[in-house]
Amino acid sequence: MTTATLLDPARIRQDFPALTTPFHGKPLIYLDSAVSSLTPLPVVERMGRYQSFEHTNVHRGVSTLSQEATDRFEEAREKVRAFINAPSVKNIVWTRGTTESINLVAQTFGRQAIHEGDEILLSAMEHHADIVPWQLLAQERGAVIKVIPMNDDGELVLDGLEGLITDRTRIVGVTHVSNVLGTINPVKEIIARAHAKGVPVLVDGAQAVPHLKVDVVDLDADFYVFSGHKLSGPTGIGVLYGRKELLEAMPPWHGGGSMILSVTWEKTTFAPVPARFEAGTPPIAQAIGLGAAIDYVTALGLDRIAAHEHALLEYATERLSAIPGLRIIGTAREKASVISFVLDGIHPHDIGSILDHEGIVVRAGHHCAQPVMTRFQVPATTRASFAFFNTREDVDALVSGILKVQEIFQ
Amino acid sequence: MSDPRELYQQVIIEHNKKPRNFGDLEPCTHQAHGLNPLCGDDIVLKLVMEDGAVKDIRFQGHGCAISKASSSLMTVNVKGKTQAEAEVLVDQFRAMIRGALDVEKEPHQLGRLTLFAGVKDLPSRVKCAVLPWATLHSALHGEDTTSTE
Repeated sequence: MTTATLLDPARIRQDFPALTTPFHGKPLIYLDSAVSSLTPLPVVERMGRYQSFEHTNVHRGVSTLSQEATDRFEEAREKVRAFINAPSVKNIVWTRGTTESINLVAQTFGRQAIHEGDEILLSAMEHHADIVPWQLLAQERGAVIKVIPMNDDGELVLDGLEGLITDRTRIVGVTHVSNVLGTINPVKEIIARAHAKGVPVLVDGAQAVPHLKVDVVDLDADFYVFSGHKLSGPTGIGVLYGRKELLEAMPPWHGGGSMILSVTWEKTTFAPVPARFEAGTPPIAQAIGLGAAIDYVTALGLDRIAAHEHALLEYATERLSAIPGLRIIGTAREKASVISFVLDGIHPHDIGSILDHEGIVVRAGHHCAQPVMTRFQVPATTRASFAFFNTREDVDALVSGILKVQEIFQ
Repeated sequence: MSDPRELYQQVIIEHNKKPRNFGDLEPCTHQAHGLNPLCGDDIVLKLVMEDGAVKDIRFQGHGCAISKASSSLMTVNVKGKTQAEAEVLVDQFRAMIRGALDVEKEPHQLGRLTLFAGVKDLPSRVKCAVLPWATLHSALHGEDTTSTE
């Protein structure tokens, strides 16, 4: 660890009123940050201040208010740029979230590049958001989806990657961190190997940005996408990072205000990127909120967050592994602080309901990754995910809750 | 519900472990497939109807303890009933889970099925309990697939 100081969860928790307010008469133990992070007060306050005192539309009019709203909105874009080390704010397109970012790429880049018989290569651990947009396109175009397999630990098997990337492959889609298994994929290596065959790569960073320092230049990613609401920001805002020459070659997607240079009945000329992809009034307070969230996690320090979460992951893995009848799904060497597990003879929904009564919030289900469930031959898993505000006591409470579930189901 | 133990009573745990009338049924006269797409509960229900009554009924699939025990107890309770009687149970069970039928105060034919009354206080689990009953309704009305969404 490069930093001298550790995080102080007791102080950090003061920023999250939900954690200090009784839930079912008990303290709330939030182990579901992978589904959506809790929003810290400074982010809520920043959005409230904007909405109460500073709001009007952006990129419109000459009023001081409009100019200042535009400045705040564009400052947030600069914060995102710096956060992922993108070369320019022109590489940063606002979207509603990871899902919309991927649909945007599929419907613009994809529709230009992918034709009958072409191939889209996805990893076996993609979220539905990085499967279905490509399937829709593949069906329309008569293209083929191929899959990079994974092993029983939940690690991608890359030995045959060069064989999977053919002269028909038009894009590779891979998640940086699996939302189910926690696996941190070697995306830099995958990108280098895909580029060696001339194929661009989209990285789904939704689960990575809350845990890892991401540098899109170092990764050499062509597209990198993520959501605000998994990064201590609000819902309704997300990011598409795109390489400049790719974004500039892509046609518009949604049409409307803001994305044009001029409109006549005969012809419309389009705005340069990123405005070309931002039709209509954007989610302004949400963008400013995401900027505040980036300030918040940056002030905590991503390396300190990573160290804190890694210690919790190791502790939780050790404690959960010691429970008879519990099996962890996803045992990769490189993992973020996500643990999926199954209990012999007990369905995840029953586990989730009983833990909920104990004040413990986990996710139970297929996690929008049904092919991962199929791969591990389970209908669903229970997933605990840890954030910078979680503690070893939270892990202890989870273990006690699981023992209670087993006692009820004896 | 003050404690999930009130719902996860021994009968439900026991039917989850050893579901009754579990398996395939061929030949059958009626069948339907029930899906709870949000959580993945999935059952196939097959019936043999004879002289307007449920002569045999079996289910297959996977799901949580609530959906499995609900399926198991449903098959036990509708076997031998006429279609009209079975449909009364479908309506009463749904009403109980919705909170529209107070099984403590109002007359009903649900018998031990009142074990599931506590589900009305667990909104996220309502669909699990209702799925087999919705599937039975579909099977009796010639619909192939039921979805709780």
